[in-house]
Amino acid sequence: MKLKTALASVALAGSIAAVSTPAMARDTISIVGSSTVYPFATVVAERFGRNTDFPTPKLESTGSGGGLKLFCEGVGTSHPDITNASRRMKKSEFDLCQQNGVEEITEVRIGADGIVIANSQDAEKMDLSLEQVFLALAKEVPNPDGGDELVANPYQKWSDIDSSLPDMEISVMGPPPTSGTRDAFVEIAMEGGCKQFDMIAKMEDENEDKFKSVCHSMREDGPFVEAGENDNLIVQRLSRDPETLGIFGYSFLMENTGQIQAASINGVEPTPENISAEDYPVARSLFFYIKKAHVGVVPGIQEYVAEFTSEGAWGDNGYLVDVGLIPNPRSERMEIAKRAKNLEPMTGNEL
Amino acid sequence: MSNSSSQVEIVRQSLRRRYRKERRFRMYGIAAIAVALLSLFILFADIIGKGYTGFLKTTVTLEVELDGDTMYLEDPTNPDEIAMADFTAPIIAALQTHFPEAEGSAANRELARLVGSYAASDIRDLLEANPDLLGTIQTMEFLAHDTVSVYVKHADNPRYTVRLSERQQQWVDELMEKGVIETGFNDILFSKGDSREPANAGILSAIVGSLLTMFVTLVISFPVGVAAAVYLEEFAPQNRLTDFIEVNINNLAAVPSIIFGLLGLAVFIGLFGMPRSVPVVGGLVLALMTVPTIIISSRAAIKSVPPSIREAAEGIGASRMQVVLHHVVPLAMPGMLTGSIIGMAQALGETAPLLLIGMVAFIVDVPDGLFDAATVLPVQIYLWASSAEQGFIELASAGIMVLLTFMISMNALAIWLRKRLERRW
Repeated sequence: MKLKTALASVALAGSIAAVSTPAMARDTISIVGSSTVYPFATVVAERFGRNTDFPTPKLESTGSGGGLKLFCEGVGTSHPDITNASRRMKKSEFDLCQQNGVEEITEVRIGADGIVIANSQDAEKMDLSLEQVFLALAKEVPNPDGGDELVANPYQKWSDIDSSLPDMEISVMGPPPTSGTRDAFVEIAMEGGCKQFDMIAKMEDENEDKFKSVCHSMREDGPFVEAGENDNLIVQRLSRDPETLGIFGYSFLMENTGQIQAASINGVEPTPENISAEDYPVARSLFFYIKKAHVGVVPGIQEYVAEFTSEGAWGDNGYLVDVGLIPNPRSERMEIAKRAKNLEPMTGNEL
Repeated sequence: MSNSSSQVEIVRQSLRRRYRKERRFRMYGIAAIAVALLSLFILFADIIGKGYTGFLKTTVTLEVELDGDTMYLEDPTNPDEIAMADFTAPIIAALQTHFPEAEGSAANRELARLVGSYAASDIRDLLEANPDLLGTIQTMEFLAHDTVSVYVKHADNPRYTVRLSERQQQWVDELMEKGVIETGFNDILFSKGDSREPANAGILSAIVGSLLTMFVTLVISFPVGVAAAVYLEEFAPQNRLTDFIEVNINNLAAVPSIIFGLLGLAVFIGLFGMPRSVPVVGGLVLALMTVPTIIISSRAAIKSVPPSIREAAEGIGASRMQVVLHHVVPLAMPGMLTGSIIGMAQALGETAPLLLIGMVAFIVDVPDGLFDAATVLPVQIYLWASSAEQGFIELASAGIMVLLTFMISMNALAIWLRKRLERRW
């Protein structure tokens, strides 16, 4: 008998839990988006939660593309309020937002991040050009024997590409295609190197799809290894294996200067100064986007944005610099902060 | 005569071979167990070796003079003044009493970096709560900065990079000798939520999130699973339809968990409009995953109840339902519980389906309801393992130990229940 009542009450509780699903108001800010911006946004969110009476925002690391997709799904508390991105919103994404009623979006550029190619401290320091990076990692490269055709990448050793490079196997670990770091690396470093070849550069005007597929395809025959989203694993592997190079964000280099060193690209070292001044070629801007329709509905959005855009956070001596953000120049910061404060919407033409 | 003795000889020879064979077979078994134990041992040794320091925190105890002039603070009850006051100044002043030679802004900044970045807000919180303390001298315990903590715990470990200046290292050495910097049990780990600062990060919000999620999973999957098993085993007619259902339940148990996440995203969040990242949705998704396991183990438990019990009950006039509820289900209960607990332990370690419904998130506040944003233990470990700060390496391993403790206690509970309730015939 006891058992029966116990079973009945468990079943009842279950059905109550299943049925009571109110479309409830939310008092916690919901943020999604890039895993590159995640370490910066979480620091801001934590401080914001600690120093104000608002609850700490909830942050999901979904990748830039995934974040924008969720963000543009609609207006209402089941959709996120802010999305982070390690690249600018695309026109297609902006249109998707408009279609779904997310009309007023404010863009905030928070600073820059460099992508480094690094190896173990025990190994020889590398100095690479974008062209060499492309030749080492692309799926198809111009025929080294001359001629106007593309061949499957024949290079197995760095010294095959250029005799000044060390005589060791090409072995590079990098992020998978879902990662924003990979997108940016492909778009900036690979495409940058690819354009150096006249025959490919010509293609850009004639056949853009072909150009993209040549420049954006990483080789799949072994020398390039996809290592998963966990950059710590890449760092661990590098410190153990001096013959391997790794591709990851600048903040991981900063945390592990004792074990790894970065290659200079086109002769430029990845220092904060060089990245901010855009001298270092593999750098990208970081953004977040605010859904204006949620301001005033979900409490604290404006205050969170104000915290993020305060000098104490993203300024030259702010706490975000400690975790690896490379700040915008001061004049630009002031301008962006003002626009963020007024929640000036994007028109779509700037994209 | 000679014939029979040669037969004995043949048997004796083959006997030896057969014994050898058997010994060899046993050796294979022992070797298999040894490999399993060894890998388990290596796993534990690695996790504990890396993670035990995660249970230690590094603190800096200082005599802080809460002087209004150094902080630019006259009235701690005035929020405007609080916002403009400098709460780092008294900490630097307190550290300077140990190192009078450290002067100038560069040295001050290095001194301030010995304590964690929340030390200043500790002072603010104290003064906000007790405005009378302004002007007094208080002994306060601060968490050390991440870099100091790494230096204190791992100075000799090549896996870690010491990021303190020469001067800071000297200060830390001296403060350790004086007993100002100490290591103690890391109570923060069990009393706080996630943080981006390793010293401040705790696993409590993940533990509470896991418990809430598991509660929903249990409450849904156990009754559904048991009811389905009882019906299929005791009442359902044997026909094509029930065969089809049976095959599908078995298939469902083998479906990769990420599929259930997609289902949860489409149905619970998309169709029913439930919020993202909440334990209810997580629990429902994991319940879907656990139900087939519970059905299968419950059916096996019901099948193992001897027919004599059923026949005896029917023989003295019990109805079908009385037979099931009074005899079969209670006798099958230990098996059902064991299956459920093992299913739950599996669900406890699951992250893939939760990724899609938004439970892989940075959550600081401890959730206080089923509709509050929450994360779970394995997700917390994953998030720590992928953070750049060095202090998170040991925290991730410490988190694994906490998760394993939960798993082992759940499995131990299953064994205990089985032993306790089991009946032999």
